[in-house]
Amino acid sequence: MARETIMEAISQNATKQEAAENLSADPAIAVADLHKSFGTQKVLDGLSLAVNRGETLAVLGRSGTGKSVLLRIIIGLEKPDSGYVRIHGQDISGMSLDQLGDIRKKMGFLFQHAALYDSLTVEENVAFPLQHHRQSMSKSEQSDRVTALLAEVGMEAGLKKMPSDISGGMQKRVGLARALALEPEILLLDEPTAGLDPISSGEIDDLVLKLQAEHHMASIVVTHDLHSAKTIADRLALLNKGKVVIEGSFEELKKSDNEFVRDFLAHS
Amino acid sequence: MNESVSRATAGMEPALPAPSISPDIPFASSIESAAAEFFEWFGELGIFFSRVVRAAVTPPFEFRELVRQLDEIGSKSLPLVALAGAATGVVLSLESRFSLTRFGAKSLLPAAIIFSVLHETGPIITGLVVSGRVGAGIGAELASMKVTEQIDAIEASAVNPYRLLAAPRILACILMLPLLTLASDLCGILMGWIAQALVEPLSLHQFITAGFNGADFNDFLPPTFKTAVFGLIIGLIACFQGMRTKGGAAGVGRAATSSVVLSSLFVILADVVLVKLIIIFFP
Repeated sequence: MARETIMEAISQNATKQEAAENLSADPAIAVADLHKSFGTQKVLDGLSLAVNRGETLAVLGRSGTGKSVLLRIIIGLEKPDSGYVRIHGQDISGMSLDQLGDIRKKMGFLFQHAALYDSLTVEENVAFPLQHHRQSMSKSEQSDRVTALLAEVGMEAGLKKMPSDISGGMQKRVGLARALALEPEILLLDEPTAGLDPISSGEIDDLVLKLQAEHHMASIVVTHDLHSAKTIADRLALLNKGKVVIEGSFEELKKSDNEFVRDFLAHS
Repeated sequence: MNESVSRATAGMEPALPAPSISPDIPFASSIESAAAEFFEWFGELGIFFSRVVRAAVTPPFEFRELVRQLDEIGSKSLPLVALAGAATGVVLSLESRFSLTRFGAKSLLPAAIIFSVLHETGPIITGLVVSGRVGAGIGAELASMKVTEQIDAIEASAVNPYRLLAAPRILACILMLPLLTLASDLCGILMGWIAQALVEPLSLHQFITAGFNGADFNDFLPPTFKTAVFGLIIGLIACFQGMRTKGGAAGVGRAATSSVVLSSLFVILADVVLVKLIIIFFP
């Protein structure tokens, strides 16, 4: 089902269940009417979006609008208060940890600060998912795969280094290699260029573009960096107060009359 | 173009309100809130324990991590536990000698030292020393992993963190505490003998024969194996406090401190119950 049809179905007073059913028909990731609060602070307030296979969606918005929370809910690290998350049509909301594990094997997640295991070397960090989920691979096959992954992100020289011995940009590259280890169908990137200098940011953008072209994954990129979003995303979604304000190409965002959209673009 | 999802979803059912404490309702007098936090803590601990048990009994098993933790918790605690046990043996010898001499029961000194060490001082000293060293270590390590999102990264990699992190640590604590207690007992008895032999010549053979006269396995096995319960308490509380940490470096500090304080407290409380049970079932 085309994305326009899906959104039309939502807009025609469909119930939440119907909306979720419609969203789940085709997209790799479908989120419908998501609500999430922490204490009295409402973070997501009826957020809906969908990402098709092979498509990259950049999620933009001010700090605290729930962008990272959205990614954490999609991968099951947080549970929504209400609403639906479907990965390849499977609702993950009621799943146990082990059931979620099967879904997570199809997903790669790059954390904002890379979240590398600080007691393991770069090589061991990338090998971690393979050691746990590719037991059929021999040690040498795993080692070859790790080397290939690190070469893909330009980190083949730092195999034996500890995460504390490499720069933030390098940590993100290693995090990306680890996220790709299980050949995921979905890639979630939480601020991949945050805290990096413009040259490193550009390198990460190029890397993400190259990986998308090679692996054809459905991706969601959470970022504050409008330039990066323009470069790597097929579509952009702008969040405000826990909702998607506008969704479309950068050109479509620029044409919007919405005051918040104009304000956001003017300050980016 | 999908102009606005918020507009598109305008006709949908309203969201369920998130559970929250209304500022209009005087929910929290400080006592009520403390009581609520107390029961919430126990409830969360219970859920955590059930998840760990489930993860521990279902494959895949993390044998390599278990062996690493046996070394970390067992071998590396041995010098400290042995030293604490030895010091306790010396103190018991000095104190008991003075008291027993006053009551004309000096000949009972070996038995007093050995029974004290085996029944109580060996197990409880081991429990408290391990809760200090291992409780703080596990609490700080897991808390640090939590605040730097490493535990989330493990979970996002489709690896169960209860199986990889908590279960091996708790199991290692359960298995190593009785062994460390044996080491503590041995050092306590040896140093108790040396302290006595320095004052009044007595062979080790005479000391052991006199000390174990009338003793049976009930004097030795139940008090030693009760420390497996101490191990469960130390491992469980330290893992729980570490894995629920929030709030950066300060949170790591709080987790380490609370791991030691709570595990020590619960070890002492558990000792009271276990001593009573041992007296009932192993008279």
